[in-house]
Amino acid sequence: MKIIPKLGKFIKMNLGNSLLLIAVLIFTISCETSEKQTVTNFDELVMQDEFDIDGPPNSDLWTYAIGTGVNGWGNNELQYYTKRKENIKVENGVLLITAKKENLEGSSYTSARILTRGNFEQKYGRFEARIRLPYGQGLWPAFWLLGSNCNSANGTPESNWPDCGEIDIMEYRGQDPTIVLGSVHGPGYSGGEAITKQYELENDRFDTNFHVFGIEWAPDHINYYVDDVLYNQITPDDVTGNWVFDQPFFIILNLAVGGDFVNAPNNETVFPQTMLVDYVRVYKNN
Amino acid sequence: MRKSTYIRFKITSILALLIIVAASCERDLSDKVEFATFPSNADIFIDGFSGGLDYNPFGGSKLDAFSVDEEVSYKGTASMRLDIPNFGDPDGAYAGAIFPDAAGRDLSGYDALTFWAKASQAATINAIGFGNDFDENKYLVTKTNLRISTNWKKYVIPFPDPSKLTFEKGMFWYAEGPENNNGYSIWIDELKFEKLGTIAQPRPAIFNGEDIVDQRFVNTTSQITGLTQTFNLGSGVNETVIVAPSYFTFKSSNIEVARVSELGEISIIGTGTAKITATLANVAAAGSLTIEVLGSLEAAPIPIRDQSNVISLFSNVYNDVTVDTFNPFFQFSTTQNSIIDLNGDDIISYTDLNFVAILTESQPINAANMSHLHLDIYTPDAPAEFKVELRDYGANGVFDQAGDDSQGVFVVPSSQITTNQWISLDIPLSSFTGLTAKQHVAQLVLSGGLPNVYVDNIYFYTE
Repeated sequence: MKIIPKLGKFIKMNLGNSLLLIAVLIFTISCETSEKQTVTNFDELVMQDEFDIDGPPNSDLWTYAIGTGVNGWGNNELQYYTKRKENIKVENGVLLITAKKENLEGSSYTSARILTRGNFEQKYGRFEARIRLPYGQGLWPAFWLLGSNCNSANGTPESNWPDCGEIDIMEYRGQDPTIVLGSVHGPGYSGGEAITKQYELENDRFDTNFHVFGIEWAPDHINYYVDDVLYNQITPDDVTGNWVFDQPFFIILNLAVGGDFVNAPNNETVFPQTMLVDYVRVYKNN
Repeated sequence: MRKSTYIRFKITSILALLIIVAASCERDLSDKVEFATFPSNADIFIDGFSGGLDYNPFGGSKLDAFSVDEEVSYKGTASMRLDIPNFGDPDGAYAGAIFPDAAGRDLSGYDALTFWAKASQAATINAIGFGNDFDENKYLVTKTNLRISTNWKKYVIPFPDPSKLTFEKGMFWYAEGPENNNGYSIWIDELKFEKLGTIAQPRPAIFNGEDIVDQRFVNTTSQITGLTQTFNLGSGVNETVIVAPSYFTFKSSNIEVARVSELGEISIIGTGTAKITATLANVAAAGSLTIEVLGSLEAAPIPIRDQSNVISLFSNVYNDVTVDTFNPFFQFSTTQNSIIDLNGDDIISYTDLNFVAILTESQPINAANMSHLHLDIYTPDAPAEFKVELRDYGANGVFDQAGDDSQGVFVVPSSQITTNQWISLDIPLSSFTGLTAKQHVAQLVLSGGLPNVYVDNIYFYTE
């Protein structure tokens, strides 16, 4: 698949220069080989939700976080999470998490957060989701994992956080539509000191098409991917504290509004905004 | 996929195979169709002008405002410099020009006009964009009030719909006047078209996104106004540009009542109700106009005074002086306006009128030798008070409430207002109590209790 656009470009050029053609082909193939080397072999699918059944998300897998948590889920977030179909539903093969500007239970926005705690937890492997993100100042969608021993029933904040560990496979600020971030939080490296790296799309953005966000997590590293691009690897040597990513973690999908990471929406933010999830898939570390 | 595509290339099988793959993703149209296309050159000014480009200044502008500056550049060896004149510069009151490529270019593969710019002082450029060719300006795009600073910064003017720009001659244009009466310099570099891929989330609008309800009359025409396209740029900033009607597809819900041309002209042809809406590149535009047509409108009485005794602001009978605007959209004003054409006679339509100013600030009117202000008004509303105010900016010609301005209000009582009938107002200037000077009249303000008012034949005269 990667080879096609490069050749497509070439076809438009003058076909007379065979030397150039050979050079291009060699370059393309060598490029392909090196990219393949970064792909590991986590190919045994152990969990998948393709969101193929209209209605609420599969209750055997997902539970809801409801309300505002403590201090806006620890981040001064502005939304009230619900399980209403206005905020979360499966329709036409995708999960739709929608942030709305409306007053509910003292909050000015509503949205949704779901998690697999107790239903699906796994140590190591490839975790990936195909997502189209929303846009606009103050939107904060995320696809992330928390350690199964994080001791709140409802997601963050956890009294033993960050010791229990957090892996952010994808975080995004609606005001930066071309940038996502992948991070880990643990003891001594959490919040503003998390180990993090951003990835910026060239000549594209995250709110116009679906992109695959994934990690490949093994005992000695976590690799971060956007689509087929490996953009970061975090190893025990990279973290400024104990490596706590050696226990099962569960999955969280949410769309926050406001909060310390993004600041509040402004009068140019368009509501409603929806995060579309085509699938969530988990592969075993084999 | 037709075989002939690759059989033409007598080359190795691997290449042929690759071409099949590539061609299958490149070709959308039937192989039988071959369109002639224009050059797709992206460059306008990099270190000099790209070939075929002209520089045509606007009439009345400072003709030598443009130069190539080889001392200053963002990148490479040169930039283009625009020298905005000082207020009162005899060479021209402003700087402005178009940069056309007479041969035309196919820009449909790009999604934005981009450039780097800085200025000798922080400033706001009045208008900058592309699509101005001194001809139809069919696909004109204008960014108004572009903030510019003393540091080099990249600016992005998004294409409303690239698919329209298959043969475009207007590569770039700008118009800018003095800042606080002072001239300054703008440098522009790396001026070109780009395919950024990050221009997204289109939100087109007509009537500036407002849903307007208006009463109209048969055999009148008017123009759809407030045409904009807004995109979210890769920087996360929402950018709004003013765009020409030809980017839109207009629709009337009832073509027996109203029809819209592709240039956005609404023609009222029957009684009833019609809603005017639009799309741009298949995206529904915010804003609409719901027209209620009850019947015909008679023309206002035709003025009979001699031109030599008249200073006219708005009339088809007289030569009008320069009017800056018939609606400056002052803060707290709800007023919408349009010009309707009744069999060749232009009439101003004000709706949602709470107050509106007609401005002659750039060239204040010397009404010292005039005795009266005339205007014809027509309202479908129940009689209510109507107020006319004149403001003179004084000898300094500038709005300054604390200085030498003076103003006076004349109130037309509701008893003199008749619904659905032209009313000719001839107001002695002496009745504008408080208007102590008349040499620099710069504002005519209409207000009162009539939300819908048609106005025609606005002029000062002496008996």
